[in-house]
Amino acid sequence: MLTLDADGKQGGGGGVDRRFEVLPAGVESNGEGGSLLEISMGPQHPSTHGVFRMDVVLDGETVVRLKPVFGYLHRNHEKIAENASYLAAMPYTDRLDYFCSLTNNWAYALAVEKLAGLQVPERAEFLRVITAELTRLQNHVCLAGFLMQDMGASGTPLMYGFREREKILDLFESLTGARMMCNYMRFGGCRTDAPPGWLEEARGVVDRFPRFLDEFENLLSGNEIMMARTQGVGVLTRELAVSASVTGPVLRACGVDYDLRKVDGYGIYPRFHFRVPLGDHGDTYDRYMIRILEMRESLAILRQALDQIPEGPVIDPKAKLRGFRPKPGEAYGRIEAPKGELGFYLISDGTANPYRYRVRPPSLINLTVLEDLCLGHNVADTVTILGSIDIVLGEVDR
Amino acid sequence: MAANVDQIFVHLMQMMVDRVPDAVAPWVRAAVGVGAVLGLFGLLFGLTTVCERKGIARMQNRLGPNRVGPFGFLQFAADGIKSLTKEDVVPRSADRVVHYLAPLALLTPVVLTFLVLPFGRNMVLMHVDTGLLFFFAAGASTELAVFMAGWSSRNKYSLLGAMRAIAQMISYELPFILSTVGVVMIAGTLSTVGIVESQAARPGEWLARWNLFTPWGLAAFLLFLIAAFAEANRSPFDLPEGESEIVAGYFIEYSGFKFALFFMAEYLGMFASSGMAVTLFLGGWTAPVAALDWIPSWLWFFGKLLALIALFIWVRGTTPRLRMDQLMDFAWKFMLPLALLILPVVAVWHYLGGGWRGWLFCTPVLAAAYVLLGRALVGRRRIQRRVYRYAGEGVAS
Repeated sequence: MLTLDADGKQGGGGGVDRRFEVLPAGVESNGEGGSLLEISMGPQHPSTHGVFRMDVVLDGETVVRLKPVFGYLHRNHEKIAENASYLAAMPYTDRLDYFCSLTNNWAYALAVEKLAGLQVPERAEFLRVITAELTRLQNHVCLAGFLMQDMGASGTPLMYGFREREKILDLFESLTGARMMCNYMRFGGCRTDAPPGWLEEARGVVDRFPRFLDEFENLLSGNEIMMARTQGVGVLTRELAVSASVTGPVLRACGVDYDLRKVDGYGIYPRFHFRVPLGDHGDTYDRYMIRILEMRESLAILRQALDQIPEGPVIDPKAKLRGFRPKPGEAYGRIEAPKGELGFYLISDGTANPYRYRVRPPSLINLTVLEDLCLGHNVADTVTILGSIDIVLGEVDR
Repeated sequence: MAANVDQIFVHLMQMMVDRVPDAVAPWVRAAVGVGAVLGLFGLLFGLTTVCERKGIARMQNRLGPNRVGPFGFLQFAADGIKSLTKEDVVPRSADRVVHYLAPLALLTPVVLTFLVLPFGRNMVLMHVDTGLLFFFAAGASTELAVFMAGWSSRNKYSLLGAMRAIAQMISYELPFILSTVGVVMIAGTLSTVGIVESQAARPGEWLARWNLFTPWGLAAFLLFLIAAFAEANRSPFDLPEGESEIVAGYFIEYSGFKFALFFMAEYLGMFASSGMAVTLFLGGWTAPVAALDWIPSWLWFFGKLLALIALFIWVRGTTPRLRMDQLMDFAWKFMLPLALLILPVVAVWHYLGGGWRGWLFCTPVLAAAYVLLGRALVGRRRIQRRVYRYAGEGVAS
């Protein structure tokens, strides 16, 4: 295999004694008379989903080493939150996983409510479930679209996904006033009640969604190229997934039954009937299909929630917005975000701002298994594997 | 009247040649012909890019370019001006000479292939007895240019792209050429004009003798078309420039008009392969049924060409991309055996004289080969839809 050194020049090697050193400096042999090629995929690369870099060492096109490099989007989220009041951190949580601002809100609100012992009114719980499941829908359609884009489907599935996402974002806009940075949850409830007719609109979106899913699946789930590209690619074993504390659809694709909506039963999830789809292979195709099946279950939850939502207040009247000072203590609130377990760990020292504020980002922790998934596959597969893990750099780097 | 319209371009050319001295007449004939073809296909290239963008946009619930000129159809002119005025960046460590020559070395052979395409009755720039051979010889030399571009850029992505391109183009060259051998066997000539004429309806027949209308012809046409997709680096075989993987592949370090030249060569290559597919299998400029012979021959050719281009665009808007090893498997384990099998089948078809006996023999053989080879290719990897289970339940739908 031909190779280039760091300056892009062939040969080179500076002061190396060329009688013994056949390869240029910095280039390793692959043990078979060829040499390895190190490629830096990212931070400017069409398929790294943001400013993320993969240091890939290739033998031909086969990946022999891969080092994920992140931190390009670090913006001191945790430290900023520790220096602001509890409520002031809420809009910052929108920017963690900017696809799913509502679930981020919920996880943070849940942690603070545990810390301060606040109760959430019935209607607010329903609104939280509805917005969270809508968020899951739009996250998963985008994921499926981006995955296909990474596989080279030149935009069509992505645009189909975005068309559906737009409808959900319209709902978010009329409910919260913002399409992506919703900043909707408050400690002890939600910021506003649903405007008149909103629930019916949501109902319409939910009723029309299965038709889109069927269409999407007809187009792609059985596509031979798609199956050939994803089945048996990037297999994550159960043991590795559990020991690396991978969560979310990536974990369930390996067949581990772990869904916080069932395990913790936070909010009012125990009241709803839904199933947890599990994969048996743990490959990219399973990760894709689990998300498709999860969307169908989310629709079931949404239908039940929209049927059962009661009237009433949307925020605990005792909840204080100003001068909010929880008693000293600590709390960990976690939810099943679309990408996995999203947790907020808070320590209060009795002042108006948290003493310690820590985010457990599912994207980052799922990303740690990237090298194990990619070894032995080729460049094209690393891109689809990364796409199937589903990361958002806002959450990885914080 | 119909005959006049049919031959209008031939007459125009003759009028022009008649007005100049005999000594320069061949030069004028060549210059005018080449100029017309270059201009026509240059314009077609521009319009195709716009139509492709608009067509794919429609498939994706978008509008596509709709600002420059009527319905956005002048977008290609704006793009051309833009690429002409952009800075031409050459990497510091690049091999400047090779880097400069690569787009030219790519475009020239592609343009040469248009010499032997018959665009209509008596409308071919260069009537040679070995037209098909010339087409493949010129077409195959584009691989050198692709590697020149990838190697001289001194970029790792471009190197990967060039490696992929070489592997892919050489692999698909075999089924590309082999699938046409059957046509040559039946027509008995390598001349593109002769091949088209052999597919015209004989006097008294209502249906033309297109090679597509035979079982082996249909199979060979599909093989040729798939190989043409790969030769043109079009989706689902766009690995050499796979955007999501290696950014832009072998022309990653090209900017400005050199990039546009690559782009143009790619599209012209697609037109040339489509034109050859039309010539070899879809009867070139002949009408499918004798009753439609009154439509000018060049309209038939360009109609068929545009239909094939539309197919290229449609496929691009639909399919994901293959992986390198799958691409190779497909070429060597499926297309090559099938292309080789078509040769004896064509021989038997010729021996039986076509007709129902030919159909009775050829169709089952080809269908069985298709099924068996497909099984062998896919079955080993167990690619299939899966059934998923739910927590706490047995297997569900």
